[in-house]
Amino acid sequence: MEKPNLLYIESMSRGDDAFTQKILDVVKKEFPQELEIYKNNYKEGNYITASENVHKIKHKISLLGLEKSYEVATCYENNLKENITDFHDDFEEIMQMISDYLLTF
Amino acid sequence: MNCIIIDDEMTARAIINGLCAQVKNLNVVAEFSNAIQAIKYLNQNDVDLIFLDIYMPDFTGFDFIQTIKNPPKVILTTSDDQSAIEAFEYDCIVDYLVKPLSIQRFEKSVKKAESSIFRTIEEKPKTLRNKIEGTNTVNDLYINIERRLIKINIPSIYLVEAKGDYINVKTETENYRVHSTLKKIEEKLPENLFLKIHRSFVINVKKIIDIEDNTVLIKKEVIPISRSNRPELMKRLNLL
Repeated sequence: MEKPNLLYIESMSRGDDAFTQKILDVVKKEFPQELEIYKNNYKEGNYITASENVHKIKHKISLLGLEKSYEVATCYENNLKENITDFHDDFEEIMQMISDYLLTF
Repeated sequence: MNCIIIDDEMTARAIINGLCAQVKNLNVVAEFSNAIQAIKYLNQNDVDLIFLDIYMPDFTGFDFIQTIKNPPKVILTTSDDQSAIEAFEYDCIVDYLVKPLSIQRFEKSVKKAESSIFRTIEEKPKTLRNKIEGTNTVNDLYINIERRLIKINIPSIYLVEAKGDYINVKTETENYRVHSTLKKIEEKLPENLFLKIHRSFVINVKKIIDIEDNTVLIKKEVIPISRSNRPELMKRLNLL
């Protein structure tokens, strides 16, 4: 399974470590908030709103270089719009992987 | 160029801000997590460029563009490419960036916006160009009637009507029949005051008394509004 990385963020920073750190700090702050909002909406069965939450989270997935996971999240987002929950477990796995990775900083 | 960023995602705002800092002469003057706050800001301030997210709760990027009068140039930023076709329906949108943004694509997009802003200023009629450049002193219009140049105070014009090879210029006190076209006079009139609402009529929007169905009442004249011009007229109104 692919692993999160900072290659994309570092390429944008053009060697500016302060910029890399700033983006990382913002992701660390915002990701858990977005995840919690998504989980609540999913639990309540608000799948359309949950799909919008997934849409927002997808940006973080791509920032961390998780290309395959991004595809999974897109499928999951589209399913939720149709009130279908396929790929839910895969998405949860991706979320856990990102949460664990962000804890290492 | 002064720009603002509108995106409900903090991370996206931070990235765009960082990328803007790497581009010469591009200043981020404000950031907004929702479009409503940005509309309030734009009512008081001018900017050259907006980085605008499409998917925001309650009020989308497209809602935003449809709401503001004379929007500045816009670069859309979004996580998917499904709205690209809709984006090209708006003249103000110069580019469409899919997240995650790449530096090269971002810089190319800003250059595109820059040349688009420059081109817009160059192509505007002189009166409007003066207004953009802050040197607008044109308040009068001279019309040629029987070899006499007659001065008309522009704000006093309430209606211009096309009649064959002539136009009727109607002011508070006089009516003038001039050998000219609606297109020519439209170029001489300030865009913020005058609007073409029908292929035969240009009106002074400050002189509107009321609007009913597809007609406007100005002074005692009922003027038709064509279907294609109606959206622009509605945008100009301070609707409650």
